[in-house]
Amino acid sequence: MNSLSRRRFLKITGATFGAAVAVSSLSEVVKGAEKVEVKTGKKVKGIQKIPTYCDICFWKCGAIAYLKDGELWKIEGNPDDPLSEGRLCPRGTGGIGAHFDDSRLKAPLIRKGPRGSEEFVQVTWDEALNYIAEKMKKIKSDFGPEAMVLFSHGVGGNFLKHLMHAYGTPNDTAPSFAQCRGPREVGFELTFGDVIGSPERTDLRNSKCIVLIGSHLGENMHNTQVQEFSEAIEKGATIITVDPRFSVAAGKAKYYLPIKPGTDMALLLAWMNVLVTEELYNKKFIEKYAYGFEQFQYEIAQYTPEWAYIETTIDPEVIRETAREMARYMPATLIHPGRHTSWYGDDAQRSRAIALLNALMGNWGKKGGFYNPTSVNIPKYPYPAYPKSEKGAADNPNHKYPFAEGEKLSTGLREATLTEKPYPIKGWFVYGTNLTQALPNTQETINAIQKLDLMVVCDVVPSEIAGYADVVLPESVYVERYDDLNNPLFREGFVSLRQPVVDSPNDQKPNWWIAKKLADKLGLQEYFPWKDVEEYLDTRLRSAGLSLPQLKEKGVIRAPKGKIYFDEDEEIEFYTSTGKVEFYSHKLKDAGFDPIPKYTKPEEPPAGYFRLLFGRSPVHTFSKTQSNRFLSGLMDENEVWLNYDIAKRMGIKNGDYIKLKNQDGIVSNKVKVKATERIRTDCVYMVHGFGQRSKMYRQTFNKGASDSQLITKYKMDPLMGGTGMNVNFVTIDWEA
Amino acid sequence: MARYGMVIDTKKCVGCQDCVIACEAENNVPEGFCRDWITTESSGKFPTIEMEIRTERCNHCTDAPCVSCCPTGASHYHDVGGVVLVTHGECIGCKACIASCPYDARYVHPEGYVDKCTFCIHRVENGKDPACVSVCPTHCMYFGDLDDPSSKVSQLLKSRKNHSLIPEAGTKPNIYYLT
Repeated sequence: MNSLSRRRFLKITGATFGAAVAVSSLSEVVKGAEKVEVKTGKKVKGIQKIPTYCDICFWKCGAIAYLKDGELWKIEGNPDDPLSEGRLCPRGTGGIGAHFDDSRLKAPLIRKGPRGSEEFVQVTWDEALNYIAEKMKKIKSDFGPEAMVLFSHGVGGNFLKHLMHAYGTPNDTAPSFAQCRGPREVGFELTFGDVIGSPERTDLRNSKCIVLIGSHLGENMHNTQVQEFSEAIEKGATIITVDPRFSVAAGKAKYYLPIKPGTDMALLLAWMNVLVTEELYNKKFIEKYAYGFEQFQYEIAQYTPEWAYIETTIDPEVIRETAREMARYMPATLIHPGRHTSWYGDDAQRSRAIALLNALMGNWGKKGGFYNPTSVNIPKYPYPAYPKSEKGAADNPNHKYPFAEGEKLSTGLREATLTEKPYPIKGWFVYGTNLTQALPNTQETINAIQKLDLMVVCDVVPSEIAGYADVVLPESVYVERYDDLNNPLFREGFVSLRQPVVDSPNDQKPNWWIAKKLADKLGLQEYFPWKDVEEYLDTRLRSAGLSLPQLKEKGVIRAPKGKIYFDEDEEIEFYTSTGKVEFYSHKLKDAGFDPIPKYTKPEEPPAGYFRLLFGRSPVHTFSKTQSNRFLSGLMDENEVWLNYDIAKRMGIKNGDYIKLKNQDGIVSNKVKVKATERIRTDCVYMVHGFGQRSKMYRQTFNKGASDSQLITKYKMDPLMGGTGMNVNFVTIDWEA
Repeated sequence: MARYGMVIDTKKCVGCQDCVIACEAENNVPEGFCRDWITTESSGKFPTIEMEIRTERCNHCTDAPCVSCCPTGASHYHDVGGVVLVTHGECIGCKACIASCPYDARYVHPEGYVDKCTFCIHRVENGKDPACVSVCPTHCMYFGDLDDPSSKVSQLLKSRKNHSLIPEAGTKPNIYYLT
């Protein structure tokens, strides 16, 4: 699977910065990175502006930090940055709160009570890293290096990933695949031979018709996406929003389809039925590029809007009308592939149906559809080769999930830890991801942790997961540290820099320093040949014809814009096995799956229960921003959305506090009710990331309810090991 | 003389509250207070819902009751753009202005004076937009001179349906919402 993407990646990363950004004379003067000045450490009078890129979520928007008399004052978007275009989202604007957060981890800690007791003693960095190094050496000699797992989220994990690969383990993972966008990437790769990627290759800005199904843009605040969505609205694009909840995006829609949760596939199939039977699809594109269209046509005939009505509760005429609306604007119609797509266990197939619907629009590589992303090539640092793992990764033994080859399964590694199969896992290193909230079924995560010989958490705040660590390493927040370069596939090639703006207030350290120190103690110095991160960054940049001093000054350097759409009659190459867009997939058939997506009825909630749905707030990122005073000032607890009529019937008023109990008897914290007309009667909804139970994290302790705690059940996607999490039911716990 | 005002496109606003945070950071608003805020108004029965999301603040009214009721003259019209401001040193914290404001736009600063939105006049006088306008990721807010027919704000009001808030209070508010 992944080799296909890689082949494509190699093909498109030939771009260079060109003459426009040739190494300036400035970098000639500064020879070697050791002379690069760090701006922190002294207070400068007046206003200073220092460019960097944000880390409050993982979108990596270019920003400019303002210092007033040496103190951090505010952060604005960097107008030179193509992701933010000078405007940050609320989390980015509130980013300064991360620096001033009182509840930050301040010094390294070693556990003294049982795991989870949150009893620690403060130690020096040397003591903490010695402890980790000794344990890691013992794990390696007793069980092999594969017995260590790295869970990390965000660019900050890059140096630790490098360290773990140098140590010899292939087991590095993030919840961003199996718990988030994995199903989407697999569904699209099986269909178009390529992934969507992050930032998404969606040409929202130029779309004339945008379909949001399982995407709540505006509440989900990925900056570029929301900016482009707004631009499309301004230009008069038709918005079609499908959601069991009247979302913010529903408020922008010409058509709002209040779908029964779990039945998206039925609607997608019915839409395709209309497009095919009424012959409204992009015939030119389909004739040229579709593989297996005849079988598809035959199979899709059964999924009439009337059939879908029974499943989805959407009026058949609305299904027809919206399908025709999509056809009216194609190829500038975009059915948004979403991002978080791990819901019901058939999610890769659901994403494949979304991919096929897009294919009927013929929007691949077209304006208003999916653009062809580009990037600039900044060579990796010339490290020695990593030791080869004989055992291989432990996340997906015997290729149980045949299409999970691109990235590692976080829940697969948890499973391996619990079962010791295919081999024992003895150490976890957790960087910047609160696994008790990020993975479904918190208890399984805790049980896995109790089996470990070593549990390390590196974070900026005392997250719940930190309470289970043997060693807690306090990291500097993003405005206090360098990180690796950002040069993603996007509309245009560019590179941006995260650099320190102010000093860390206590004994926090940047992750590059932690990784390098730990490498020294593990005898892996040869993998960290650079003196410090500036030398590392400068080496990488110089190999691309740039330099660190140049990037420190600008924050972002953009390459000349290239072509991101196919010409009218340009031949399109698809990296599928047939070289075409696969309406029928032999790969799936051969692996024992439906070659054309089919609908699976979701399980119904028992009487008196509601399906538990969760989503995002524009002012928070997961469970990691709840102590930021700017962000918690706007939302310091979540609410449970309950249909107004249902609430009234149950005698529950807006603002009442209730507890929820799930199908397995798990009871939530008390949570405030939002009794509203904006949600169906068969489900409840809450924003993810609240109801945290870390006593060390006092600002957020027990505020609101945790969806993760109630997600004891999850349904595995048989194609790729994603964890469908919208399969839990809750009722009101009157005994509470 | 110019009459500064704002035109806000509710079709684009997603209610993300970036404007609120930008204002807090820019103006060092004390914790627990705000000079601007988001209101979400919805009506109807599911699934037929009408919803308007608005960013709100002091309307910098042309007939501002907070100015006419102020016993010390601390609340006043600024000589640029008619912006309503409070001179901190002259404010005695009597709260008459708070009672008179139909928009509930004022609060007592912990240091004792009454505080509110200034349209970021310190930025505007340096040729910049107010912080809330310049940060908005949806570009839903426009700031300018409502008396200048060629300004973007005037053009938008001419070409789009719009309303102001509580016009019946008769204070001649200077913030308009496009619908």
